[in-house]
Amino acid sequence: MRKFYSALKIVCYVALGVSLTALAAIVVNVLVNGAGKLSFRLLFGQYKSASPTVFPALVGTLQLVLIAILIAVPVGTGCAIFLAEYTNNKGKFVKAIRIATETLAGIPSIVYGLFGYLIFVVAFGWGYSMLGGGITLAIMILPTVVRSTEESLLAVQSGLREGAYALGASKVRTIFKIVLPSAASGVVTAIILSIGRVVSESAVLILTVGMVVNKVPETLLSPGTSLALDIYYFASHGYPNEAAATAVVLLIFVICLNLLASGAGKLIKRKTGEAK
Amino acid sequence: MKNIHKFINVREKVMRGVFLFSAVFSILALATITVFLFANGIPFIAKTGVGKFLAGMKWAPLADQPSFGIFPMIVASLYVTALSVIFGIGVGLLTAVALYKFVPKKIVAPIRQVINLLAGIPSVIFGMFGMTVIVPFVRDYIAPTGVGYGIFSASIVLGIMILPTIVSVSSDALNSVPESYYEGALALGATKEQTTFKVMLPAAKSGVFAGVVLAIGRAIGETMAVIMVIGGSPELPESVFQSVRTLTANIAMGAMELTTDARAALIACGVVLFVFTLLLNVSFSFLKRDKTEKSAKKEKQKTAATAEEQVEFSQEESLQKTLNPLQAATLQEDTTPENKRRQRNTPDPQPYRTEKEGEEQ
Repeated sequence: MRKFYSALKIVCYVALGVSLTALAAIVVNVLVNGAGKLSFRLLFGQYKSASPTVFPALVGTLQLVLIAILIAVPVGTGCAIFLAEYTNNKGKFVKAIRIATETLAGIPSIVYGLFGYLIFVVAFGWGYSMLGGGITLAIMILPTVVRSTEESLLAVQSGLREGAYALGASKVRTIFKIVLPSAASGVVTAIILSIGRVVSESAVLILTVGMVVNKVPETLLSPGTSLALDIYYFASHGYPNEAAATAVVLLIFVICLNLLASGAGKLIKRKTGEAK
Repeated sequence: MKNIHKFINVREKVMRGVFLFSAVFSILALATITVFLFANGIPFIAKTGVGKFLAGMKWAPLADQPSFGIFPMIVASLYVTALSVIFGIGVGLLTAVALYKFVPKKIVAPIRQVINLLAGIPSVIFGMFGMTVIVPFVRDYIAPTGVGYGIFSASIVLGIMILPTIVSVSSDALNSVPESYYEGALALGATKEQTTFKVMLPAAKSGVFAGVVLAIGRAIGETMAVIMVIGGSPELPESVFQSVRTLTANIAMGAMELTTDARAALIACGVVLFVFTLLLNVSFSFLKRDKTEKSAKKEKQKTAATAEEQVEFSQEESLQKTLNPLQAATLQEDTTPENKRRQRNTPDPQPYRTEKEGEEQ
């Protein structure tokens, strides 16, 4: 029997090797294949069908991130504040909110896409638009924002709150002056991670922003594209080189955001001397 | 003075209202999504006939005599999900075990960090990797049919994609098993390996199970990574190398052919997918509640706390942490990852050392 388990141990090492190789292979493959094809023209040049560029996608991604964050962060933080500061985690209402956020978190992104299509493209009559795509994304990242913000709010020691109350601060003042600043690192991390999710999402956008890759969106109601959507478009419409190069841009972007998230959290913690 | 009090009071009420509204927003959003999907999808399903839609074998929305059977795509979705989860669990769970005890402690944290970082890779990049690397490889070396696009490639891509989720959830589950179990088993003469596989892994099984459900949810709902490697012919899967079309891929591929009936058909597909994920959520929360009640009962009885019960209970906690960090966080405040990590690293108070120090003094 001992031999059997020793053999299993070796299998475990193999599995570890397989996971790391597989994941590393993706990063290395994307970087190696795409880095050489990256050029200034691809990033910022004028779009022509012979030599497509991702400039419209850069603008589009920026717009989508701004719209989604501007909606999801205030609403999500508000929801988290309500759950953490105004309720004691009991009662039907709180339960309903939790079930709703949990369910929202589990809905596949393509279903969000269908929803965005039905409500913004069809019912509101906007056609494919950046605004519709952004709002749909905002709803999609809402559960993430609520969850991580609430977690960091709950981690704030109750002594800080009680101290503020004892000094005569009202509840709202305590929340904005004491609780939120103390939880700043968690909130900022949550925001950066949700930016990452917006940037990586593509299935939602096929159905809501319309994958118009060749034009910079003029207004928020124009159709457009994003970096992730561009990769799909290039890869499936016979531009493998452009797809590889765009993938490098997106990958570096996402990895930087992730590193930034952990870095920013630590930095803010050190600056504010957040309770340890 | 009075005015200030009035102002503060009003501000308190207004802000409470604002927070309340934000909280209700998620309920509203969910309700809107449900209503819009069902209002647009159900009439179509009713028109086509539930049986014809769900069990129909032919998907030809643009034919002269259109037919909207999604049975092949339901089967394909389940097929790809099952296969990718088997790949993912097989490798992911063993990786978590290796990270748990077999790898030098120093490199565990960096490896986990890297794996978490990779959890953030966009799915479209997985799709592109599948398209440029896995599909040609499967075509040239594995598939007897000489076609790379299909179930097998899609399952591998999805399997890699869900790896980080499974590894991190299973690692958390293993780490939440009390260290005393490990020591106890070693003291009874078991080897390190026997202890890990026969004691720690069974004790962590509910947490691992939670990871499996999360992974199933991710795999069945994934669109972009699948659509780029699945091939796309809406046929009933017969061989593992066949080109098929999953429900998600069907919606995304059909997105460009949205006309009246075809569009309604896609929305109906979305309804089916939505119901699938709801069922997954609901059945799992029932399972969770069942377990919580059971362990609560056990707690109430307060019989001698045998080891088994402790396993059950601590596992229940870890399960809640992974699935519903919020509730767990409110139940016991110290559940933020940092705290958890710190707790683990803090050595237990060792009385004999203080005694020794006392002697020295």
